[in-house]
Amino acid sequence: MAKEFWRWKEYNWKNEDISWKNGSTISAGIDVGSVSSQAVILVDGELYAYSSMRTGSDSPKSAENAMNWALDGTEMTMQNIHYVVGTGYGRVNVPFANKTITEIACHARGANTMYGPTVRTILDMGGQDCKAIRCDEKGKVTNFLMNDKCAAGTGRGMEVFADLLSVPIEDIGPLSFEVAEEPPPVSSTCVVFAKTEATSLLRQGWPKNKVIASYCSAMAHRVVSLLERISVENDFVITGGIGKNIGVVKRITDELGANTLQSKYDTQIAGALGAALFGRALAEKERK
Amino acid sequence: MIANFGYKDGSGEFYIAIDTDKCNGCGDCIPACPSHILALRDNEFDPMADDQMVVILDEFRKKIKYACAACKPDHAVHSLPCVNACAPVAITHSW
Repeated sequence: MAKEFWRWKEYNWKNEDISWKNGSTISAGIDVGSVSSQAVILVDGELYAYSSMRTGSDSPKSAENAMNWALDGTEMTMQNIHYVVGTGYGRVNVPFANKTITEIACHARGANTMYGPTVRTILDMGGQDCKAIRCDEKGKVTNFLMNDKCAAGTGRGMEVFADLLSVPIEDIGPLSFEVAEEPPPVSSTCVVFAKTEATSLLRQGWPKNKVIASYCSAMAHRVVSLLERISVENDFVITGGIGKNIGVVKRITDELGANTLQSKYDTQIAGALGAALFGRALAEKERK
Repeated sequence: MIANFGYKDGSGEFYIAIDTDKCNGCGDCIPACPSHILALRDNEFDPMADDQMVVILDEFRKKIKYACAACKPDHAVHSLPCVNACAPVAITHSW
């Protein structure tokens, strides 16, 4: 079988320093996206465990798999979790969720914790959509827009390019800078047309890196035009899978003239983390 | 909060913005829309609050260019029923 270059790694993580049995509120957030699903478990608001997996064709099953993988090795079971919040594109398909919350609210809340209260603008570059969110110091949404009509500027587009160029998806970012000079962006941001254009550029003798650079720059340009509508205020952060692609991130910040904050957290868990934080607040509200 | 419903694609930018700080939840815009794309819903963007806001129904968010064509069939500036019905001026169209 041919190698699949788009296949990013699935992973889970657990905080060994926390003993969950002493926690008074255990909450979980599950973000079932169009491409990946994340589960986050918090013990009294502290990050205890998370997982990130590919979403399959069966959303309820994907939610369950992500949850089970986050629970893996923790001795915790679903019965120990007080409140589960589902979010993301497949949020209505989380069978064990106590509540569902839109991913826009969750991303703002998650980013507020991940990057600190100075965050005002969040760009979430997801698998199949792109969201530009403005929030206040509490992580409350003040302005947002979403683009899910077209896959330009999304992770799925990058996956298609990784496969077309036979470059592992993790290497795309660094390779995009290995060009003598920055090429013009591909003119079509639509993934399918951009792929067609890239194929013809390769045929004209463009090296792979140049094509990658050209696509990263097209993607950056595309999302910057989305951001213009809500206007960017510092601090600015990028969440979602593309947040790990330095080739796109640097081109976006260069074009905006802004810096992005770095976080010790994984950029992909922002939505699920926000959901889990809401879960904690809702569980405590119910108890009162 | 300003909620932008709609999309941007190769043919242009089509967003209807609802300013929830201005929207008083009266619902006068709902019957004014001939394409029935507006509805009053819980504010799902602030899960800790209990307020309501006008939203563009989910099924129309990716085709508002066509749904709104009933009131603006060309690129000329029209007087829009939803905008006119909104006393607190909470609705704006991007196109």
